[in-house]
Amino acid sequence: MLNRILSHDLPRNRWLALLLILMLLGLALTPFLFPGTKALNVAAKIIVFTLLVASYDLLLGYTGIVSFAHTMFFGIGAYGVAIASTRMGPGWGAVALGVGGALLLSLLLSLVIGLFSLRVKAIFFAMITLAVASAFLTLASQLSDWTGGEDGLNFKVPEALQPGTQYLEDPLLGASIDGRFVSYYLLFVVSLLLVLALLRIVNSPFGRVLQAIRENDFRAEAIGYRTVIYRTLSNVLAALFACLAGALLAIWLRYNGPDTSLSFEIMLDILLIVVIGGMGTMYGALIGSVLFMLAQSYLQDLMRLGASAVEGVPLLSQLISPERWLLWLGVLFVLAVYHFPSGVVGRLRTSGRRPG
Amino acid sequence: MNQATEIAIPKAGFDWLPLALVPLLALALLPFVGSPSTWLTLTVAGLAMGLIIFVIASGLTLVFGLMDVLNFGHGVFIALGAFVATSVLGGMSAWIGAPSLLLNLGAIFVAMLVAMSVAAAVGLAFERVLVRPVYGQHLKQILITMGGMIIGEELIKVIWGPQQIALPLPETLRGAFLWGDAAVEKYRVLAVAIGLVVLGVMLYTLNRTKIGLLVRAGVQDREMVESLGYRIRRLFIGVFVTGSALAGLGGVMWGLYQQNVTPQMGAQVNVLIFIVIIIGGLGSTLGCFVGALLVGLLANYTGFLVPKLALFSNIALMVAVLLWRPQGLYPVTSR
Repeated sequence: MLNRILSHDLPRNRWLALLLILMLLGLALTPFLFPGTKALNVAAKIIVFTLLVASYDLLLGYTGIVSFAHTMFFGIGAYGVAIASTRMGPGWGAVALGVGGALLLSLLLSLVIGLFSLRVKAIFFAMITLAVASAFLTLASQLSDWTGGEDGLNFKVPEALQPGTQYLEDPLLGASIDGRFVSYYLLFVVSLLLVLALLRIVNSPFGRVLQAIRENDFRAEAIGYRTVIYRTLSNVLAALFACLAGALLAIWLRYNGPDTSLSFEIMLDILLIVVIGGMGTMYGALIGSVLFMLAQSYLQDLMRLGASAVEGVPLLSQLISPERWLLWLGVLFVLAVYHFPSGVVGRLRTSGRRPG
Repeated sequence: MNQATEIAIPKAGFDWLPLALVPLLALALLPFVGSPSTWLTLTVAGLAMGLIIFVIASGLTLVFGLMDVLNFGHGVFIALGAFVATSVLGGMSAWIGAPSLLLNLGAIFVAMLVAMSVAAAVGLAFERVLVRPVYGQHLKQILITMGGMIIGEELIKVIWGPQQIALPLPETLRGAFLWGDAAVEKYRVLAVAIGLVVLGVMLYTLNRTKIGLLVRAGVQDREMVESLGYRIRRLFIGVFVTGSALAGLGGVMWGLYQQNVTPQMGAQVNVLIFIVIIIGGLGSTLGCFVGALLVGLLANYTGFLVPKLALFSNIALMVAVLLWRPQGLYPVTSR
C-alpha cells in the first residue's frame, strides 16, 4: 500500500525515512502543536515551497535542464488567482477561473519556450529563460492596472477560507477551527497529492527517459527517444506544477506582488533548496524546504544579534548585517554545489549503504 | 597537365547577410521615425549603446567559444568596473572639474585603466576559485557562476553600499553637437570611438597575431591545438582575464552612459549580453558585434516609437533571428 503511494521509490535509508516522517507529521500537526500566526505562516510557506521545489527538481534534478524562469510560472499562478479575485470578487468561481487561466498561460508559454530553446542546445535554455523571466518581471510591474505594479494586489479569498469564518465556537485541542485552519489543510492536502503525483511521474517509464536524457542525451536519442519532445514535456509539466504552487501561495497570503512570487531572490531560494535537499530526489524538496525556511528566519535573527555585537567595527559589521544575508546564502550555495552535490538525501542514502 | 595548380583553392565566401542587417534595420525604420534629424540622434545613440554592449559581451562569447564555459557571473565585472570608476573619478575631482577637455578625458581614461585592472585581477581569482574546478560540467558551471554573481553583487554592496551612486559626466563631455537639426550627444560619440578602437584592436589581435590565431583555432577545435603542443589552459586564463577587463571597461562606459551605477546593473546588463551572444551565435566575435549593434539600435528605435514595447524588442529580435538561423547569425562550426 505505502509502496504504491510512494510509487516504489522509498527513502531507502532508516534515518531519512525517520526525518521525513517527523517533518511530515510536524507539518500535518502544526496548527495543534505550534499555535500562533508566525509558526503557521512558516509552515504554509514550507508546504508551498516543497511543491515548488519538487516541480523544479523534475526539471533540474531529473532532466538536467537549468531554467531561470521557474518563478515566472510560480508568479503566473499567484497572479492568476489574485487578478481573478480582485476583478470578480471573492468566490470559488474566481479562484477556479484564475487557476485555469494561469495554467493555460503557463502551458502555452512553457511550450513555446521549450520548443524554441530546447531544440538547439540545453545551455541556450538557461540564458533564454533568464531573459524571458526578467522581461516578464518588468512587464508585471509595468501593467499596474492589472497587477497593482510594485505594490501588488490585496484580495479576498472565498468565504470558507477567510480568517473571520469560525467553524467551532471553542478551540479544538488548542487550535481555533476557522478559515485559516481550513486554508492550511487545503494547502497541505493539495501539495501532498501533487508531490505524490510528481513522485509518480519521475518513477514512470517517462521519468526513466528523462533520467536517461540527463545522463547522456546523445545515447537517449540514439536509443530512439526524441529528446526534444521529452525535454519540452518535462518543462511543461514543471511549469504547470509551479503554477499551482503559486496559486496556493496566493490563496494563503491573500496578497500577491512581484517580490512575493516573481523576484529573482525566490529563484535563488529554489536553486539553493534543490541543492541542499539533493538534486534528483523528490524527497529532497521537503527536507531542503524545512531546513531552508527554518534557517531563513533563524539565521537572519542570529545575524542581527551578531551585527549589533560588533557594531562600530567598519567592515565586519557590514558583512554580517542582516541585509547581507544573501551574501552568505551565495557562499553556502557555492559550497553546497562543490562539496555536497547530492544534498542531504544523497548523503544519507550513500552513508547507509555498507561497502562490499 | 598543370591545370590543377591553376585552380585556386575554393575559399569560403564571406557571409555578408547578417552584417548587412544592421544598416538595413536602421534604414527600414527611417520612415517610421519620420524626421531624419531624430533618426540620426537615435542611430548614434543606438550605435553607442551597441558598441558598449559589444565591449562587454565580446569577452563572454570568446570564453564560451574557447573553453565551453558559460560565465553567468560576467555581470559582476561590469558592476565592479563601474563602481571602481566612481571611486577613481571621485578622487580626481580636480581633473573632472577642470574646464579642459584634455584633463577630463585623462581622468576618464585613468578611471577606465584602473577599472580594467581591478576587473582583470578579480577575473583571475574568479577563474581560479570558481570556474576551474567545474570544467566540462555545464550544469555545475551555470550554478557556480550564478552563485559567484550573487556573492560578487553582495560584496559590492558591502564595499560601496547598496544605494545608487551618481556617475556624472565631466563638464566638457556634457551636452551635444548640433548637426543641422540633429543633436548628437558628445559622450555617445566618445563611446562609439572607444568601442571602435576596442573592435579594431580585437580584430587585429584575433586575425593578425599568433595569439589570435591560437585563440581562433582553439574555438574551432580545442583538442587539436592542445595536441600541437600549446597550453590551451594558459590561453584560456588569458582570454578570461581579458574578457573580465573588457567587461570592467564596458561597465565604466555603461555607467557614464546612464550617469549612475547600481549594484544590480550587472545582472541587468547580463540579460542583454546573453541575448546578444545568442543572436550572434555562441562563440562568434563577429556575430557578437552584429548582435550588439542590432540590440542597441532596436532598443533606441522602439524606445522612441513604442516605449511600452521597448522591453520586448530584444526578445522579439532574438526569436526572429533564431527562427531564421537557429544557431545564431554566425554559427561557430563544430558545435
